[in-house]
Amino acid sequence: MKAEKILDEELILSKLAEVKDPEIDTVSIVDLGMVYRVAAVDTSIKVTLLPTFSGCPALPIIEKNCAEALLELDGADSAEVEFTFSVPWTSDRVTEAGIRGLKEFGIAPPPEFIESDGSWHVDCPYCGSTFVTVENIFGPTACRSILYCRNCRNPFEAMKLVSSNMH
Amino acid sequence: MEKTESGKFEGLTETDQAYLADLLKQLADDDYLLSFRSSEWLGLAPHIEEDVASASISQDMMGHAAMYYGLLGDIYGRDADDLAHFRGPADRRNSILTEKRNGEGEYLDVPKYDWAYHVVRNLYYNMHKKVKLVALKQSSSTPLRDVAAKAAMELYYHELHWRTWFIQLMNSSDDAKARMAAALEKVNGECADLFHLGKYSEDITRKGYIAPASEMKDSFRKEMEKVFDQTDSVFSFPDDQKENGRLGRHTEDLEHALELMSEVYGSVPYAKW
Ligand SMILES: [Zn+2]
Repeated sequence: MKAEKILDEELILSKLAEVKDPEIDTVSIVDLGMVYRVAAVDTSIKVTLLPTFSGCPALPIIEKNCAEALLELDGADSAEVEFTFSVPWTSDRVTEAGIRGLKEFGIAPPPEFIESDGSWHVDCPYCGSTFVTVENIFGPTACRSILYCRNCRNPFEAMKLVSSNMH
Repeated sequence: MEKTESGKFEGLTETDQAYLADLLKQLADDDYLLSFRSSEWLGLAPHIEEDVASASISQDMMGHAAMYYGLLGDIYGRDADDLAHFRGPADRRNSILTEKRNGEGEYLDVPKYDWAYHVVRNLYYNMHKKVKLVALKQSSSTPLRDVAAKAAMELYYHELHWRTWFIQLMNSSDDAKARMAAALEKVNGECADLFHLGKYSEDITRKGYIAPASEMKDSFRKEMEKVFDQTDSVFSFPDDQKENGRLGRHTEDLEHALELMSEVYGSVPYAKW
């Protein structure tokens, strides 16, 4: 028999912090602000996540990785993972640790605001220069744009700003 | 597909579910079809950055279709993938504008697609979608409100993209202007049903699921006039056309799209994707 251990929220969250973005191994789904709700009843865990972009092909992978990680917890017999749209994910949900992890990977954190003419600014994640140009709002994944640093001459990516007052 | 919450429409009467289902089919089939038509441009767009942008937008649109099919599946107790792939033309509620071919030829043969048409079609569609999402964010149906809020944030970048292309090409060379004029004429013959709300239109608006078509059309007109003000052309919108996709009356192009789109999924329907 397994040793009884209470599955509290803190324990579940610390386990979820081990689940990384499938493409960015320096950032966890907790850092990205994707965890909306965790609950445990006896030996059953239920986790509700917020999808970053609705068409993101990484979502089923994240769902599977979460369930597998949670089942490693002592005292966990079942783990249910589902996504909700009841609260939209916004880029300000990325935590301080998430911002550090993104920079470490060479991705600029999302800009904090967009000007009324649609323009926005981020600094180069490599050298910190503000002398950057947007090459393409749309990048290799739904959540990232492509930029170029005119100071250190590195191309880099930035997470897109997603906020509820965009219309 | 990832697992999403279910049981969101419990407690609704069967007639209300039928109204909502028809509206969801309009929204889902629109994004599904135009996402497919746009993805046929993959590798053919005018330049490499546009290829990336266009593909990314198509992926977002397919995500929006998936959210709507997810809600529809919740009502019907059916799988979202099946609802996307295994419904025939008569059951489709997308606008004619979203189903039309990109131009002459086939993707796998010699595609002679028309970029001007792609730009104009996407501007009209995305602006119509923007207006609709504003209305849906006020819907009396909570799940619809939630999904609309999500889609609207992503649409922001799409609409900006197509608006930029449109204004630039409309103010470009004589060749570009002539192609854009031809594309505008073509789109004008295919977009009259965009704001049609289908056979239950009165019930759908009475229930507060979405604003009346006339209101949305007015907002659309205002938005489009702002765009056209930056060109030498004057905005016009058709009153009527022969086919009406919202009533399940489509062109041959829909069958062509559905066949191609479902070929792989239909070959092994029980496969895990
Ligand atoms: Zn730099």
